Amino acid sequence: MSEPLLDVRDLRTEFSTDDGIVRAVDGVSFTIEPGQVLGIVGESGSGKSVTCLTVMGLNDAKFATSTGEVLFRGEDLLKAPGARLREIRGNEIAMIFQDPMTSLNPVHKIGRQLAEAVLLHEDVPRKQAYARALELLKAVGIPRAERRIDDYPHQFSGGMRQRVMIAMALINNPDLIIADEPTTALDVTTQAQILALLKRLQEDFGSAVIMITHDLGVVAETADEVIVMYAARIVERGHVRSIFNEPRHPYSWGLMGSLPRLDMNVERLYQIPGQPPSLLNPPAGCRFHPRCAYAMPICREQDPALAVTGTDPSHEEACHLDAETKARRAAELVSSLMTGAST
Amino acid sequence: MLRYLIRRLLWALVLFIAVTFVTYVIFFLVPANPARLAAGQSATPERVEEVKHFLGLDRPFYVQYGKFLKRLVLEGSLGQSFVTRRSVNEEILRAAPITASLVFGAMVLVLSIAIPLGIFSALRPRSLLDRAAMIYVLIGISLPSFWIGLVLSYVVGFKLGLTPIAGYCEVFSVPEAAICGGLWDWAYHMILPCLTLAIVVAGTYVRFVRAEVMDTLSMDYVRTARAKGAPEPTVIRSHVLRNAMLPVVTMVGMDIGLLLGGAIFIETVFGLNGLGGTAIESIGRFDLPVLQGVVIFGAIAIIAFSLVVDLLYAWIDPRIRLT
Repeated sequence: MSEPLLDVRDLRTEFSTDDGIVRAVDGVSFTIEPGQVLGIVGESGSGKSVTCLTVMGLNDAKFATSTGEVLFRGEDLLKAPGARLREIRGNEIAMIFQDPMTSLNPVHKIGRQLAEAVLLHEDVPRKQAYARALELLKAVGIPRAERRIDDYPHQFSGGMRQRVMIAMALINNPDLIIADEPTTALDVTTQAQILALLKRLQEDFGSAVIMITHDLGVVAETADEVIVMYAARIVERGHVRSIFNEPRHPYSWGLMGSLPRLDMNVERLYQIPGQPPSLLNPPAGCRFHPRCAYAMPICREQDPALAVTGTDPSHEEACHLDAETKARRAAELVSSLMTGAST
Repeated sequence: MLRYLIRRLLWALVLFIAVTFVTYVIFFLVPANPARLAAGQSATPERVEEVKHFLGLDRPFYVQYGKFLKRLVLEGSLGQSFVTRRSVNEEILRAAPITASLVFGAMVLVLSIAIPLGIFSALRPRSLLDRAAMIYVLIGISLPSFWIGLVLSYVVGFKLGLTPIAGYCEVFSVPEAAICGGLWDWAYHMILPCLTLAIVVAGTYVRFVRAEVMDTLSMDYVRTARAKGAPEPTVIRSHVLRNAMLPVVTMVGMDIGLLLGGAIFIETVFGLNGLGGTAIESIGRFDLPVLQGVVIFGAIAIIAFSLVVDLLYAWIDPRIRLT
């Protein structure tokens, strides 16, 4: 295998707050290959966004400290000086944010905001930057792009603004795009369009993508590899097919059980009981144990490490449960979803 | 746009009638006898009646109000002072430049203090500069303007002798008898009053600018700008400041309008006979036409500046359309 594009090793990010230290990311490691799509799934506050903001160096330096390594083509971004990070941001690593309504500056025209991204990284004439902006607006499917380039953000709908954000992310042909819940703020029909667009452009541009989401459907549609995060840690990871065919962590079971399905008639969607733990003072042992239906005494004391327990050597999870139970429960869940699909 | 302007002007008219009417009503509710004051201490009762008739004060107040409106609309005249018989128009034209010098001079100082200070404290919260700025804000907000004015005129004007302690000099059309005149003398006399007003007003502005900048810094589009790789000065200049300054524009416009009605304390401390001083004087003498003149001028100033603010706002904020 070639050198990974991004290699995150034992990343820990802490925020000092008035109430104490919050470990928002606690020992997260993953790699992403060029052109690959990595899905990071988890509830709000599980540390998925902070992980990516840390990669970008966009956490507020006054309150956040990070340790570990973030190797981008072998260069540790955590140790890189600010000027080098600015060179990389928007150029080699670009980011798409959750809320397109607020992510564009209301007082500047769309064209100017797109061209700015070019001009920050390339010494080209303004005209050429605008030409590139126009090209990208067309690529993301903005109708009458020649005219709309002189519009302000408020003249665009949410979906159109997210297209503009995608254009902005792609404009310098980055190697890695971090999409932080890119469809969460959009309505369902627009979500599907934006996802399809992202997937097509990702293939055209050959960029790798980290897709952060709490929506398993988005992951199933777009990702190659999946990471499931819970309370600042990775609890399960594997190939997307493996994760969906044989989920092995009780938290992942909960996530899957709570997926709404059009083709199934269920009385109530499954709900994971309780709340995600406070990261100020996380529970000892496995962090999921207070909400886990399978919790054993050992779960309260010992923190499980990520380990391969099934047949797929790339599929790991952090759970004390024995392999047979995991396999049996996964099979039950998947078959119930399958039979549901057939009825 | 045109429709908007017409609607605004109609509103201004309504406001104008309301303001002048209320002034009239209040004036006639006060148990005083302006004719007695105008006629002088030793006047006989017959003489007072004569004066009363001459001034039109023996008519019902709505008749007087109607006459006042008619004269204003047809002749553009605010009438004559009860006491000095001078034209109110002239009186206002004399006093307004004094107050305007004070207000605009102070506003220039306010903005040149508050904008940089507010921005720097927002960028470095809890730093030494920020704390110093916040202490200044506290002082500026808590200390009364006349106290600051008195202290400044005593220390800077009297003890150090750097500036005059009172008086006003015309810039243009200097009267023959005047002891001073011209741009230099004008500025030399205005510096202390303007500074006093600025110190008082700037406190609020520092806090306001700081809050707006901090608020804007946490906006998503600022994060977007950083994610594009923009260096911090560019982020601040291009993405933070323009957005943060929008509400400041409103505040400046409103305050100018408000202060033009007269900054009474500061005018008094520095012996400036501007609109504030004129208003106080006319109240003391029950000189309704002059008081009415000051009120009308103040109302027009507020109406005009809120219109200017709205137009300016539509120009700098593309989201706002005047309809």
